[in-house]
Parts: sequence; structure tokens; C-alpha cells
Amino acid sequence: MIVAARSILSDRSLVRDVGALGLAVFAVSISFGAIAVAAGIPAGLIVLMSLVVFAGGSQFLAVGLIAAGNPFAAIFAGLLLNARHLPFGLAIGDVMGTRRWQRLIGAHLLIDESVAFALAQPDLERRRRAYWATGCTLFVVWNVGAVLGVLLGNAGDPDRLGLDAAFPAGLFALLLPTLKDPTTRLVALTGALVAVLTTPFLPAGLPVLLALTGLLALLARPRKAASS
Amino acid sequence: MILAVIVGLAIGTYAFRLAGVVLRERVALPTRVQALLPMAAAALLAALAATATFWDAGVFAGISRPAGVAVGALLAWRRAPFVVVVVAAAATAALLRLAGLE
Repeated sequence: MIVAARSILSDRSLVRDVGALGLAVFAVSISFGAIAVAAGIPAGLIVLMSLVVFAGGSQFLAVGLIAAGNPFAAIFAGLLLNARHLPFGLAIGDVMGTRRWQRLIGAHLLIDESVAFALAQPDLERRRRAYWATGCTLFVVWNVGAVLGVLLGNAGDPDRLGLDAAFPAGLFALLLPTLKDPTTRLVALTGALVAVLTTPFLPAGLPVLLALTGLLALLARPRKAASS
Repeated sequence: MILAVIVGLAIGTYAFRLAGVVLRERVALPTRVQALLPMAAAALLAALAATATFWDAGVFAGISRPAGVAVGALLAWRRAPFVVVVVAAAATAALLRLAGLE
């Protein structure tokens, strides 16, 4: 573990990038804690939720639906939003390590950001380092922030800091190296387009899952492009 | 009741997370299918970024957010460091809002 931590810290750019993302996540988690308090959820349960669910979008959604008096919808809507973690695990499950405990703990750290940071790396060794560094850092930051939000009560709106623009831009930056491959670019852009166009008509979570239909673009691709 | 929601959501979410990891290990997928998996992940992440750029809980997010993301994306494409991309995107959106734009 110490060796692993040293090798993470020796990668300056990784520490800097994860640190920047950590700050943004911190501000959002403070607002999560504050919003959950305002929704009338007991402090202990807010902290528990952040620890055991650890998926921001579904936590905000669940708090809103609990406050609206719709607890069952909170579970179903949250799970629909989190179903994307299954294909994520299929795609990058090997970065967690080979031991049983590494998979059991590593699976809990599977979030959009840890997947994006891992995918952006050129080899397995660096993927592994990026995955664990991002997952562990954001887990700590997310939960400390939630506690702070609970204590502060009113944390202001993270949108005023423009953080809602920071996350998509950060994801895009992390995706860029992967998008250099023309086939991946075709699949990803088709999927993103499908998701954007279907969002107003479908429940949250489903449009992003529909992005998997981007793979169908491979079938429509002319054969010449495939062989060149 | 709230505890039941949290436990249900936590167990289901962890099951999704672990299922992908375990399936990858247990099921021998053909090489051609394996090659599709990173593309699937990229499509999901691109969709997350794109929907979060334009939509907020099913409603158009306004001008400031897409403008901020566009500035960040342009900088990323011009090989700016990750920190610069994130800060520029946030600053653009924040300043536009400060100027009174949605």
C-alpha cells in the first residue's frame, strides 16, 4: 500500500488533476449535505447515504424524491441512474487489481470520474494508479464535504461558482485521448447525441444508458472505413 | 423509511458496480466483444458530459453552462492542462451568470 501511495504521489500531474477535480467535488458535496438537511433528512442518515451509496447524481435525486414523499421512486430512480456502473465495471474491471479485497473495495470506488481518469491513461499500470487515486480521493472528499454541508446547513449554490460547467468540461478533457481513435469517436459521439436528444422525454438515467446504441454506428459504417 | 431507501439504493448500486467487475472475470467474452467495452464506456461518459452540458433535471440548462463547457472543451482540444480546462469552464459560467445570463 505504501509503495502504491508513493507511486501515486510521484505522478505530479495525476495528483494535480485529481486535486482540481477533488476541490470541485468538495463544493458539490457540501451543497448535497446542506440540501439533504433542508429536505428534513436526519444528519446521521445523510452521512450514511454518502458513505454507502457514493454516487452523487442518485443521492441528489433520492433526497428530492424522499422530500416529495416518494421513497420507492427514490430507490428505482436512483438505481436507474446508477445502472451505468455495470458496463463501466465490464469495461475497466481489470484496473482494480487481482486480489479479492481489491475488487470488493475497488468496486465501491467505481464512479464516473475514476472511470474517466483510468480510461485516459495509456497503460494498465497507470490506469490502475489513476483509478485508485481518483476513487480514494473523491471518496474522502465527498464524505467530508457531506458532513461539512450538514453542519453548515446553508452552503450556497455551487452553480454560482460555475461548477456545473466544470464537470462536463473535465469529463470531455479526460475523454479526448480516447476520442483520438476514429471508431471510438464515432461510437461516443453517436451515443452522446442519442442521449442529448432523448433526455427531455425519458426518466433520468435512461438516456445515458441509451448511449450504448452508439455501438450500432459500427454496423452502419461503410466497410472501406473499417479496413483502412 | 428513509433508512430503507438508503439501504436499498446502496445495495443495488454496489450490485451494479460489482456485477460488471465479476462478469468481466467469469465470462470469457470473444475478443471482438472485448474491444467494444472501452468504446461503450467512452459512449456512456460522453453521454454523461453532453447531457449534463445541456440539461438540468430534464429542462434546458441555459446559456451559461454550455458556454462554460465550450470554453473548457476548446482549451482541452488545444492541449491546455486539465486544471486550466476545469477552472476556465467554471469561471466562464460563473462570470456569465454574474453578468445576468441564465
